[in-house]
Amino acid sequence: MTTQACIVGIGETEYCRKPGSGLSQLGIQLRAASAAIAEAGLAPSEIDGIMPFPNLGRAEEFAANLGCENLRYAATIHMGGAAPAASLQAAAAAVNAGMANYVLLPAGWNGYSGPRVRQTVSQDVSSIPGGAIARDYYLPFGFTAPPQWYSVLARRHMHEFGTRSEHLGAIALAMRKHAQLNPKAVMNGKTMTLDDYMASPMLADPYRFFDCCLETDGAAAVVVTSAERARDLATRPVRILSAACGQPYPADEITNRKDIFRTGLTIAAPEAFGKAGLTPSDVDFAMIYDCFTFELLQQLEEVGFCKRGEGGPFVEGGRIELGGELPVNTHGGLLSEAHVLGMSHIVEAVRQLRGDLGERQVPNAQVGVVTGWGDFGDGSIALLAR
Amino acid sequence: MSEEAQLLPVLEGHSADFYGFCKQGELRFQRCTDCSAWRHVPRELCAECGSWAWEWALSSGKGRVFTFTVVGRALHPAFAEAVPYAPTVVEMEEGVRLLSRVEGVAPDALEIGLPVQVDFDPVTDEISLPIFRPAPD
Repeated sequence: MTTQACIVGIGETEYCRKPGSGLSQLGIQLRAASAAIAEAGLAPSEIDGIMPFPNLGRAEEFAANLGCENLRYAATIHMGGAAPAASLQAAAAAVNAGMANYVLLPAGWNGYSGPRVRQTVSQDVSSIPGGAIARDYYLPFGFTAPPQWYSVLARRHMHEFGTRSEHLGAIALAMRKHAQLNPKAVMNGKTMTLDDYMASPMLADPYRFFDCCLETDGAAAVVVTSAERARDLATRPVRILSAACGQPYPADEITNRKDIFRTGLTIAAPEAFGKAGLTPSDVDFAMIYDCFTFELLQQLEEVGFCKRGEGGPFVEGGRIELGGELPVNTHGGLLSEAHVLGMSHIVEAVRQLRGDLGERQVPNAQVGVVTGWGDFGDGSIALLAR
Repeated sequence: MSEEAQLLPVLEGHSADFYGFCKQGELRFQRCTDCSAWRHVPRELCAECGSWAWEWALSSGKGRVFTFTVVGRALHPAFAEAVPYAPTVVEMEEGVRLLSRVEGVAPDALEIGLPVQVDFDPVTDEISLPIFRPAPD
């Protein structure tokens, strides 16, 4: 069954590094939330559902600040960077079930001027994926941060399938190229060559500096409602055809998976395409959660844009660039626009489907995919259509 | 590496048992006494057959490098002096994998498939970490 919920409002703050947003973690998210509500033509009192990003705010404080005096539905999907697309699924279900009329999905942080993700462990062990498992079995060996956790998957992929650094570099370059068409992108005006990529320092081999996402300040938000209510609003609604999420097994331990490449998306993608009655070949563009280059490559495989193991050759030759067969992350992604926890991927997909993106518009975009990746491989996916 | 900056396991419940054996120079994993499935990290029951019965079974200590990374820039201050170092996933003969490191091989000489043998690194009076060395021919 196809869900009939729609995204009817989007909002973003400025994305920046130095000198930082100058706002609190809540304040920066409230600005994006307020913009999304206003764009939809809604009053804050009409927002009766709020789904905050994990560990970045409580529905109560969003409601109290914005004036959402009729809050009914408050929930958080605890899947790290997979939360925004997974929250689309939950929000769609909520509005279709009458649990809420208008659901706000905010996300944002001071990822540059505030606490850095890469230092998470030194601040709060309980906030990292795996919790006590990581504390007792990973951290004593210096396996402390996301690029290290995921780089062992990348190396194994290289070993099994012949994936090369040049493939990862092609992804970094595509994101950087797209950022040149996006004035909001932190890397707008800063081009990169393959030589630049290859010369960047190894942080967690095979991950170089330029395989890693940005750390930035910024927030984004969207508003979801039913198709019926969407008709009465100011914006052109973007339909949520389907959305799904899933977890790897085991999800709390990254080394002992029988099939190390089976992630949450491996489960979620067939469900989402099945429910929408579509296949990957029906998709005009993809916004893939690109915390690191290889995670983007791996998600292309698990969504089904190519077979497992073929992600390296798939990203060659401009295929994932604007003008290519499958434009990916036309905003520049986490790698070259800003790290907005995956919410900016949804915002960019909405803009593509509204058709108002100017020189980075995918011509005649009808259907797009958004994915999320979080923790030790949680996955989510939403199929959106104009 | 200063003592207080070290990242050490917390010895409670199953981790106290696991590291207690390491302190004695034994690498032991949980093994289901009903279906004989080995498991790591420690769990409360057997996910293969549902049994609550298990023992701490002695590993052969032999395995092969399954995958690894080479950390060139430490992302935790405790490892600032350790770079380059190579967190390594070792697949044991018993089938379980554990995250460790291989000593006696330069990080840039590590290879997937390298046969390794467990050893123990006494990092404090109470705690020995299971580490690996290239297996003798």
